Amino acid sequence: MNRHLISAGDLTREEAVLILDTAAELASVSDRPIRKLPTLRGRTVVNLFYEDSTRTRTSFEAAAKRLSADVINFSAKGSSVAKGESLKDTALTLEAMGSDAIVIRHPASGAPHRLAGWVSGSVINAGDGTHEHPTQALLDAFTMRERLRGPDERGAGLDGVQVTIVGDVLHSRVARSNVLLLTTLGAEVTLVAPPTLMPFAVGTWPVKISYDLDAELSKSDVIMMLRVQQERMTAAYFPSVREYRRRYGLDTGRMALLPEHAIVMHPGPMNRGVEIAADVADSARSTIVAQVANGVTVRMAVLYLLLGGAEENS
Amino acid sequence: MSTQYLIKGARIAAVANEANPANEANPANEANPANSGKDPDVGASRPADILITDGVITSVGDSLTAGGAQVIDAAGLIALPGLVDLHTHLREPGREDAETVETGTRAAALGGFTAVHAMANTEPVADTAGVVEQVWRLGQQAGYVDVRPVGAVTIGLNGKNLAELGAMADSAARVTVFSDDGHSVSDPLLMRRALEYVKAFGGVIAQHAQEPRLTEGAQLNEGEVASRLGLAGWPAAAEEAIIARDCLLAAHTGSRLHVCHVSTAGSVEIIRWAKSKGWQVTAEVTPHHLLLTDDLAENYDTFFKVNPPLRTKSDVEALRQGLADGTIDAVATDHAPHPVEAKETEWAEAAMGMTGLETALRVVQLAMVDTGLLDWAGVADRMSVRPARIGRVPGHGHPIAPGRPANITLYDADASREVVDPAAHASKSRNSPFRGMELPGKVHATFLRGVPTVLDGKPALGGKPVLDGKAMA
Repeated sequence: MNRHLISAGDLTREEAVLILDTAAELASVSDRPIRKLPTLRGRTVVNLFYEDSTRTRTSFEAAAKRLSADVINFSAKGSSVAKGESLKDTALTLEAMGSDAIVIRHPASGAPHRLAGWVSGSVINAGDGTHEHPTQALLDAFTMRERLRGPDERGAGLDGVQVTIVGDVLHSRVARSNVLLLTTLGAEVTLVAPPTLMPFAVGTWPVKISYDLDAELSKSDVIMMLRVQQERMTAAYFPSVREYRRRYGLDTGRMALLPEHAIVMHPGPMNRGVEIAADVADSARSTIVAQVANGVTVRMAVLYLLLGGAEENS
Repeated sequence: MSTQYLIKGARIAAVANEANPANEANPANEANPANSGKDPDVGASRPADILITDGVITSVGDSLTAGGAQVIDAAGLIALPGLVDLHTHLREPGREDAETVETGTRAAALGGFTAVHAMANTEPVADTAGVVEQVWRLGQQAGYVDVRPVGAVTIGLNGKNLAELGAMADSAARVTVFSDDGHSVSDPLLMRRALEYVKAFGGVIAQHAQEPRLTEGAQLNEGEVASRLGLAGWPAAAEEAIIARDCLLAAHTGSRLHVCHVSTAGSVEIIRWAKSKGWQVTAEVTPHHLLLTDDLAENYDTFFKVNPPLRTKSDVEALRQGLADGTIDAVATDHAPHPVEAKETEWAEAAMGMTGLETALRVVQLAMVDTGLLDWAGVADRMSVRPARIGRVPGHGHPIAPGRPANITLYDADASREVVDPAAHASKSRNSPFRGMELPGKVHATFLRGVPTVLDGKPALGGKPVLDGKAMA
């Protein structure tokens, strides 16, 4: 394993499968009466969050705590960051306090790359701008494997699985990380969006492109709906929420066109009634709650492999 | 007593005196001894001696005798007419932490320049006679190069109200080039008015071509790399749309347009078309756009963040071709110094720009000469003759011939390749994108009106070594 987890593209198939297998092992911890392992006792994990994201921060926090690490939550609000401290100075400060790993969420694409150049500990990307969110992709892959292949599957990838990702691909770090990881694991990815929300050079990505959601439904083993950010709704990416919902929203009618075994995913937080209808989000096909639970175990696996491995080596 | 220098055995780069078909008042068409004996390999004449007396070239020929002159051994060196930069950010007044006129012009001299155009985006903006005269005087005091202040087109670069262009033209600084560089004059009516207005005093509008709505929040060339890195794209069309519009306006108004830092293949095509119509359009390209591509941003290294952004390999090829065939008139550095903290940050937060004065000629050798696209006569044309003509810079961009002001750069094209170390640069800033790269060549000496500003590759004000910016006694 690399010292850092910054891009899903940095993972080989073997490494990705190792993370998923490790997560499957660790999942059993969540079922015990005492949900704690001593693995990272004495190690310090800093959650450095420059964006509000309660769900991702608490997921990393829970993961680190279940491995007995000390956790420091450093949020941009109410800290010296608000007074204009640079990312570099903040990084050096956190390192001086003895952090072994920094989990960073930042609105600027590439911030984790920059951070990794300034600190000696591990850097874990918890979402950078419109670039990547690799642990989200890992938990999505874990969820797909568990649901489509069975919970006891070990060593397997996602070969041949048809994954359709729908929505604001242009601004989505979830989509970028999923494209990289899922193709590494052998899945076949189709991106569906209005042309205005496709990345300019999406034609160079190892995916199929479609503007027509209905045409993709019957071929999909997995359909992943992306959140439509409020700010896109007023910036001429599409004419209206109503039109977006009509063309790209997943409602019960469209869900009925999916194969029997297909699952519906969403990285959250959802806009119910926009990209996904409430009936769909709450249906048996939906893995949305499972994704949250799997997020903790996958992040445990990442912390365990990045930090636990380092300890054994030293 | 007169001061004399004798440059021995330099290969003098030929300077053609043909009329520029599209542009500019035709420079005097006098005899040019340097054109004889041209070496086809380098476009430079066979070795000759150059005698300088009191700032003026007094003799060019074989085996000139030294007399009382100080002799400069220039065997193996190329003599170019002193380089002229159309696009330099000296940062003073206002951002003396990044650069001063003194440090920036010392860097320019070390890069072989004898004149630079100081861009207007200082604090305060160079939009009045007072500010341009201040910058001009600071240049005179420093003494390394002729500083030609560029006047802002609009007050405070606001893009709304014309600055007092006439007052700047009439000032002691004699401003001829006007630019809102850093911003585009995006309002088409204002651009039209500016083009028209400067005809009264032979001015030129140097446009930073960037359609603002198409580049809101733009971070990197819109292409494969930006899409993958999740950085907002800066589309080529945003540059090309403004250039096309401005070419039409230049034609309509019969005025002079200069296009700053052309960066795309499409821009080259549009300018080629405008020139074919006989319109008064000139253009520049930066050294970094001749060499570097957007994939260098792969690791979000902010030293590669610049505006316009680094483009693709095919753009670089088109820019080189455009410079070689004369569609692009000049190489201009867009030297943009920034303090360390402005680059030690997230990509989106980082300042745009790169230093370039001290590496420009070496990069041009690597990108244009060593590739066979341009000979040394071509380098003289694109880095001295044409930029001097566009900026109407008196005393610069002329052949190295008797009677001419002795503005001369001696360059060692065969020097062993050296790795660029920005810490060793005279510029106050360290943001060179070429750091760690091996570049060919070395500027050996620079003469400004017969006075060495650089000797043996080191600053030498008035022929004396320089320490902490002051000539040593």
